[in-house]
Amino acid sequence: MNLKEWWHKLKEKKRSQTAVRQADWSLTLLLPYMLAFLIFIVAPVIAAIAFSFTDFDSIRSPNWVFLDNYIYLFTQDSTFMEYILPNTLLFAAVVGPVSFLLSFFLAWMLAQLPRIPRNILALLIYSPSMVSGVAIQVIWVTLFNGDASGYLNSLFLAWGWISAPIQWLQDKRYLMMVMMIVTIWSSTGVGFLAMLSGILNIDPELYEAAYMDGMRNRWQEIVYVTLPSMKPQLLFGAVMSMVATLQAGGIGVALSGSNPTPNYAGDLIVNHIEDYAFTRYEMGFASAVSVVLLIFIFILTKIVYRLFGSGKDKKKAKTILYDEEGQPHIAIKKESK
Amino acid sequence: MRSRGRFQNNKINPQSFGWSQLKFFVVLIPLSLLLLLPIVFMFSTAFKPADELFVFPPRLFVLNPTLDNFTRLFKAMSTSAVPASRYLFNSILVALCTVTLSILLSVSAAYILSKKDFPGKDFLFDLNTLAIEFVPIAVSVPTFIIISRLGLTNLFITNILPIIAMPVGLFLMKQFVDQIPDSLIEAAYLDGASEMDIVFKVVVPMTKPAIATIAILSFQSAWGNVVASNLYITNESFKTFAYYITSFTSSNTSGVGQGMAAAAALIMFVPNLIIFIFMQSQVMDTMAYSGIK
Repeated sequence: MNLKEWWHKLKEKKRSQTAVRQADWSLTLLLPYMLAFLIFIVAPVIAAIAFSFTDFDSIRSPNWVFLDNYIYLFTQDSTFMEYILPNTLLFAAVVGPVSFLLSFFLAWMLAQLPRIPRNILALLIYSPSMVSGVAIQVIWVTLFNGDASGYLNSLFLAWGWISAPIQWLQDKRYLMMVMMIVTIWSSTGVGFLAMLSGILNIDPELYEAAYMDGMRNRWQEIVYVTLPSMKPQLLFGAVMSMVATLQAGGIGVALSGSNPTPNYAGDLIVNHIEDYAFTRYEMGFASAVSVVLLIFIFILTKIVYRLFGSGKDKKKAKTILYDEEGQPHIAIKKESK
Repeated sequence: MRSRGRFQNNKINPQSFGWSQLKFFVVLIPLSLLLLLPIVFMFSTAFKPADELFVFPPRLFVLNPTLDNFTRLFKAMSTSAVPASRYLFNSILVALCTVTLSILLSVSAAYILSKKDFPGKDFLFDLNTLAIEFVPIAVSVPTFIIISRLGLTNLFITNILPIIAMPVGLFLMKQFVDQIPDSLIEAAYLDGASEMDIVFKVVVPMTKPAIATIAILSFQSAWGNVVASNLYITNESFKTFAYYITSFTSSNTSGVGQGMAAAAALIMFVPNLIIFIFMQSQVMDTMAYSGIK
């Protein structure tokens, strides 16, 4: 709707009886949220882009250096190219898809159980995502403790799998793996619940119709009915897995107890940002790294939307279903209680 | 609950137990217990007496549970300059304010975005959906600069303000308000209701599940939030319990310290768990509308 149409509509409404109250001051109800949203969520992103072209050090006033920060990042910053970037790509490539698939299959199996066991098991599966930062550290540092009395080490020693205790959190060969396990463990959160609910709310008639059309087995059921019917929830779940993956920046430092992590084995892009920002106070450069991360997120989002999005223009076509007489009608979602 | 239909193969949301579900139980029960194991470990370590903490090889379950770790934890905390109770009070206040404000803000914003027409409306909602992915940790630097430029460093409200706008919350709430028929709101206008009446007497009662979901999500983000205390606030007496526990436990990971750390972790975890258990069914109702189209 453009401005002109809106103005006309507003004038029309003012004439009718109910519309007097619809005057634009009601938009002030939107203001508090939008203020907080723009100041603390949108403005930092814009500021990050602006600062990334400067040499801001938080004391002297910033100078424009144009692309210098980016050029340095990709040509001179050997830590970034050698450790940070490969670590981040590997971490995201493993944790994102695994946590997404795990959430989906857990939700799919749960949806086929009766209500009471389903709710109990869903609570158990969701509970790791309620364990916050500090508790994650406490639990996993003790389980993966590097001496022989660590839980995992003592089990593996007793079973004869290893002959000497492994430094899970200090050895650069294992740290990344432990980080992945911990992040996947804590990632069955809101996205998992959304997918579970998405499957439960699929219209059973769709399955009946598909079986009449010759669908034979569970596998076809997933591919032809379940997945297409819950695309919006899959997209939401994928976005939430992505967010959980990228938010896990501090996990390497928390687990290994050293910053940077041993041999940079567990340093992700978020650690690099914090390193430059809050230990070296090179805010301009840190902002450039933030922008690189945001671009990375943006590209991932595009891929995820391409994979699961229904596309705005297709939305209309999707909501049309056919009733028993073969007449098209608009599908109405289940009313809330 | 929906009837299952005539078709044998459709087993989604069954009404009762059937032997064909056995294979799912066989997979799900061990898997969810495996996921639960670290939490069981946290509980049992928190209640272990000192001698059991040093047992070799380590035992998962506690034999003689005691509250020693909790008393030791609070004793150790009382030696710091700011008493632990002050941090705990700060955290509770921060959580209460954040939950209340983020509910009020998202309900009223969702109502406007769902039921009013104005230019830029779709853009704002799309921007909000995109912002779900602006992980705050990625822009901690400019957020820090903005907060200091606004003169907000070292204020108590700095714990609250940066986290009251929750894009996921507004997103879920707006999907839910979309389900309220326009005719209901028009009827309220005809009865002489003001915009505030509509928000509190029509929208709020009809979006209770979404409100419960926002309450849980914002409680979790406020209760576990250490960013504000770490970066934005220098006054010790405004910092939160989560921050204090984090700095306390990072130096105590073995022996008796391990027991205290587990007790601290448990204190952080249990409120989240209790709130979720009470609101689980409401959350599931909200998630029915969580899809991004």
